[in-house]
Amino acid sequence: MAGLNLSAVSDDDDDNDQDDHPVLSAAAVAAAARSTLRPPSLQTLLEDMPDPAAVPHTSSSGGDSEEKSKSADKSSRSRKLKHDVIEAVNELIEDIDTCHEQIAEQAVEHIHHNEVILTLGSSRTVLEFLYAAKEKKRSFRVFVAEGAPRYQGHLLAKELVARGLQTTLITDSAVFAMISRVNMVIVGAHAVMANGGVIAPVGLNMVALAAQRHAVPFVVLAGSHKLCPLYPHNPEVLLNELRSPSELLDFGEFSDCMDFGSGSGSPLIHVVNPTFDYVPPKLVSLFITDTGGHNPSYMYRLIADYYSADDLVLQRKAAASN
Amino acid sequence: MEPRRPSRAVIDPKVRQVGFITPNAPPQQPVRTQSYPPESNSPPLSESPASNSLSPVMIPPPRHLSDNLTAYRTPAVPVPESSRRRAEPAAVACSYDPSESLFGTSSPAPSPLASSRLVVDGEFSEESWFKKSDSAKFASSFPGGGFDLTTVKNVGVAAAVAAKKPAAVSGNEKSKASGAESKNELPSGSGSKTSKVKMTKSERRSLQESQRAAKGGNKSAGASSSRAAKQPQQKKDAAPAPPSVAASEKKGTDRPPEKERKKDVPAPRMQFDDKSRVEKAKKRAVVNQTEVRNRVELFRHLPQYEHGTQLPDLESKFFRNDPMHRAVYKVGLQYLAGDITGGNARCIAMLQAFSEAIRDYTTPAEKTLTRDLTAKIGSYVSFLIECRPLSISMGNAIRFLKNRIAKLPLTLSESEAKTSLCLDIDRFINEKIILADRVIVRHASTKIRDGDVLLTYGSSCVVEMLLSHALELGKKFHVVIVDSRPKLEGQSLLRRLVANGLNCTYTHLNAVSYIMHEVTRVFLGASSILSNGTVYSRVGTAAVAMVANAFSVPVLICCEAYKFHERVQLDSICFNELGDPQAVAKVSGRGDVNYLGSLGNKDNLQLLNLMYDATPSEYISMIVTDYGMIPPTSVPVIVREYCRDQLWI
Repeated sequence: MAGLNLSAVSDDDDDNDQDDHPVLSAAAVAAAARSTLRPPSLQTLLEDMPDPAAVPHTSSSGGDSEEKSKSADKSSRSRKLKHDVIEAVNELIEDIDTCHEQIAEQAVEHIHHNEVILTLGSSRTVLEFLYAAKEKKRSFRVFVAEGAPRYQGHLLAKELVARGLQTTLITDSAVFAMISRVNMVIVGAHAVMANGGVIAPVGLNMVALAAQRHAVPFVVLAGSHKLCPLYPHNPEVLLNELRSPSELLDFGEFSDCMDFGSGSGSPLIHVVNPTFDYVPPKLVSLFITDTGGHNPSYMYRLIADYYSADDLVLQRKAAASN
Repeated sequence: MEPRRPSRAVIDPKVRQVGFITPNAPPQQPVRTQSYPPESNSPPLSESPASNSLSPVMIPPPRHLSDNLTAYRTPAVPVPESSRRRAEPAAVACSYDPSESLFGTSSPAPSPLASSRLVVDGEFSEESWFKKSDSAKFASSFPGGGFDLTTVKNVGVAAAVAAKKPAAVSGNEKSKASGAESKNELPSGSGSKTSKVKMTKSERRSLQESQRAAKGGNKSAGASSSRAAKQPQQKKDAAPAPPSVAASEKKGTDRPPEKERKKDVPAPRMQFDDKSRVEKAKKRAVVNQTEVRNRVELFRHLPQYEHGTQLPDLESKFFRNDPMHRAVYKVGLQYLAGDITGGNARCIAMLQAFSEAIRDYTTPAEKTLTRDLTAKIGSYVSFLIECRPLSISMGNAIRFLKNRIAKLPLTLSESEAKTSLCLDIDRFINEKIILADRVIVRHASTKIRDGDVLLTYGSSCVVEMLLSHALELGKKFHVVIVDSRPKLEGQSLLRRLVANGLNCTYTHLNAVSYIMHEVTRVFLGASSILSNGTVYSRVGTAAVAMVANAFSVPVLICCEAYKFHERVQLDSICFNELGDPQAVAKVSGRGDVNYLGSLGNKDNLQLLNLMYDATPSEYISMIVTDYGMIPPTSVPVIVREYCRDQLWI
């Protein structure tokens, strides 16, 4: 998933790339054709690097590569490439840092007076979002569900109270009970998948279902760096992490039940503690990213903005290129 | 159903059955939930297999006094008493062998009905029921005052014989229930012997009025509450729920005629944002409680008190026997401390405390037993409410008890009355809770197949019994226990199930979407089921049912019928119970989570600890009760037909 477009690189090299990679899929070809107007992908750039003896006509380092000698070419190319990569990574870091403000700017459009907002767990984006609305003198209340077993909701509640917002801390079990009195659910995300589905902290699928039943808008705040070009196949299992059972049961507490010596030898207790939940796109009303508000069905276009198709379709190259 | 009608018309043309048939269960089993074939005692109708062809939803209509007497003349038939909730008057009344039970060892002569008030018929059937279940022991203490049912004797005999089978008990419950239901009319075969029996409702009502007028200006709270308690007897509808004891006490004195007219609306519960009522309630309060400072606006109508402040005050008053009997005091403290939780446990503890209090009770001079005892029970109930708001099951039990007190025949001596009441209480516990649980377990275990993955939430005693029973039956299944804060009740359930040898998976409520992929059935318990099919149970149940619905997993609720209520509720906010808010802030067992430790009572921060929530009926696939397996839409039917007012069958 490394597709990072280096904006500093010129556009001249793509036609050359085509000759070296005749096995590119149709999608890649189309993307390459489009990318004549955009910077080349990192994969294509890096593919040319490891072969110092290769004819430098595939060099990506810009128009001035032909003017240097071969050895100088190689070192200057690698230096330039490193420079480009480092610059791009810095840009990405800056994007991540500033996405909160850009998202929070949109808060005043969505939160109005006397509203009740529900959230679960803790997300810095959500915190900034709510605070921005409060700054604009909108008065509203927040219900924070504590988000077991990490209880991040307690942290969020503390922060919100410190910033002067009316907060009510509820348990996760009370979400369905309270959601009939809520105007909007605002949550953060861990990742946004290509179909518009959300990988979110555990419990949010339940909240999304409750919101759908009560026709409450379910808004997901996600910086564009959270977009992922993958389609979620079996996300509960494949895109999940299981944490330690000690967060649910103390190790010592149930030691008398963990009798491994019985019969088949399998333990009688099995504790499940997943970290993430998958929320399907049909439950999400709106995505608010630093580029504005979007429908879940639109998210795949944003991914195409940040990832090149070359990087997604990994084809085995023909042996000749190596 | 059609072919049977003509023959049934002889005895009772309107018999209906309610409940689904479990086709595999042999008809003679005392499984109460068998569809109750409407046959009467006439032999052609009594085969249970034939009943299976009947439409499953048939409801016995309420009987009238005048209906049944002729039926008593029929000879005994091998009534398939085992699991029929029979509606026909003759069969019902007869199956109890009333003559034996009533007059077996106690007062031999049929006590003149003229002296007994109202619904001796109801009593009669109840006694006979009781006789069935536990034979002579109870009959000996029966206060008499029943009918002389020699005519029904032979029928009763047949039933009595059948009653020897242990399974018959639940069948008897049913028949008793239907008998009790028909108590309104029931005078049984004795119609010829006793003139008073054939009172219609209006006659009884007028009798009551005259008696009340005779008592005149007795304005004590006991009088008003007993009056209020009596009013519902005459109405077709159930009395207001005990949480509105305060309300009814206030309203009873000034609105008796209105209550009779307004048939179908239970009195609204006390709302705590009504200042005047709250002040009045506080004056009568036994427990000193301080209200929580930071209340959630949405729940202003519910009481919320500081936890931890009541106990020391109450403990200092423990050894005074007045105003509160020590058993009731103890139970109240146990509720306050959280030692007893769960609808059934609380109800049983309360009833046993009342039983003890009744045994120690003596009527003060110049007061009648019924009124004074009712007042005393009312004061106990107020105390218990202050300790912890009543659950709906407890409310129904209290209504039953008050009804039994009110229906005591005036001829009884004090000791006889007290014994009768204690027996009634024991019977209620046995029949409505213990036996009902067994019936539910037997039904629901037919829904567990090998290879199932069953999910349950929190800790429900019925579901636990069901899982243990299914394990005993040898079924192979896996259990997922979903738990949630702040009570973490699932941990105790986990411990007990693992001790039984079940394979369990334990997880928290947020992970229910994760685990629901693998689940085949969801079994949940309930605190109560309301008349619009809404399930009122531990907070979080609604979320589990919703997620199960989203994954197309059937949801089965196991709930005894005595917990049904005619109230309706749309969401969890109208009526709920607020627990200790500090329990939300403090996470027990996780020392690392103490983010809110320093916040104390900040103005901006409110903590909300709901105890219950309301699950909409569309998420429920089936409710397993002691009346059978019913859809949520049939709950008001059961409430109306079986759990009426004083019938309590």
